[in-house]
Amino acid sequence: MKITDIISALDLKVISGKSGLSNEATGGYVSDLLSDVIGNSKEGQIWITLQTHQNIIAVASLKDISAIIIVKGFIPEADTIEKSNTENIPVLGTDLDTFNITGRLFELLKKE
Amino acid sequence: MQFSHKIAGGDFSKAGNVASAVKKVLRQMNIDHSVSKRVVIALYEGEVNVVAHAYSGVIDVDIDETRIKITISDKGPGIADIDQAMEEGYSTASPKVRENGFGAGMGLSNMRKNSDAMRISSVPGEGTIVEITNYTKPDPEKNMIIEDLGREPFVKELR
Amino acid sequence: MTIKEISDTIDGKVICCEENLSARVEYAFASDLMSDVLTVEKENIVLITGLANLQTIRTSEMSEIGCIIIARGKKTGEEMISLAKENSMTLIECPHSMFYISGKLYKAGIKPIY
Repeated sequence: MKITDIISALDLKVISGKSGLSNEATGGYVSDLLSDVIGNSKEGQIWITLQTHQNIIAVASLKDISAIIIVKGFIPEADTIEKSNTENIPVLGTDLDTFNITGRLFELLKKE
Repeated sequence: MQFSHKIAGGDFSKAGNVASAVKKVLRQMNIDHSVSKRVVIALYEGEVNVVAHAYSGVIDVDIDETRIKITISDKGPGIADIDQAMEEGYSTASPKVRENGFGAGMGLSNMRKNSDAMRISSVPGEGTIVEITNYTKPDPEKNMIIEDLGREPFVKELR
Repeated sequence: MTIKEISDTIDGKVICCEENLSARVEYAFASDLMSDVLTVEKENIVLITGLANLQTIRTSEMSEIGCIIIARGKKTGEEMISLAKENSMTLIECPHSMFYISGKLYKAGIKPIY
């Protein structure tokens, strides 16, 4: 499913990485532990996390994550935003918590 | 009632032991649950901060009829910019800390939210002292002073 | 849903405190970050996490969380189980991802905290 469609369906805010908005999401991954994302995430997944530091971009890039959703209205650091633009990784935001946004994304992707 | 506990920096296997011990004491003293829960959460975060960032620390607990005052002092790198450290999301945590489930940059703000008064002072290169106070019963005099001053009961000192 | 129903829905394995199986849970919170878990004020919730270490149990003890689902096929250790038992917290091991567990439980009607 297109990231842009997911953004409208879930009312997500586009924080940065706009050049990556044409990515396709193949599924979702929920984790706040970077080593876990590195070890277990799959290419194309949307990553849902509370982490805001710049390392999330390095990890997302490494694993070909289609987009990152930062929850609870948290705002990524300036470094993170800058890197996401360079790496073309959309950083999206929601005020909802992880369980809530994941539940909705799960439903959305299941319909595909 | 007063007691003290020492804690070692870097030892995540013991992080939370003091908070848990204090939780039991507060329960035995029949402290109101809504008060004790906040104390325990603030203390736990403070304890984890020492384990995550400092070399060693001491937690002093002082309980009387009106308030629970906890002082967490550590020997460690200290905090160069307290305002920045208090921001939610700001963290100086190491990868080891993050892999233990901490380091999201919420510790100090959780402490502030869960205490009635908080005082933090730090000397970079030496260490940090955080003092949190929770009132067990509403103390009209104290509350009035805080309200009169029209500012949040939070004090920071950077020497 | 009861804790038993929750466990069955996600192919979970109850590790300890089976006496709580018929307890009802209304809300869920998913996170690997313990300070995040400490912001939860509701009671009667199930925590979904991939952090399988002692701090998960300690944090749940401080926040008074009664049921913890350890995701990603991670295993609970002796120390974790012993601390969970001390505090009467039900531990469930689950082979699935946090994404899947959250999705299934949300669909089953478990509510988010906020």
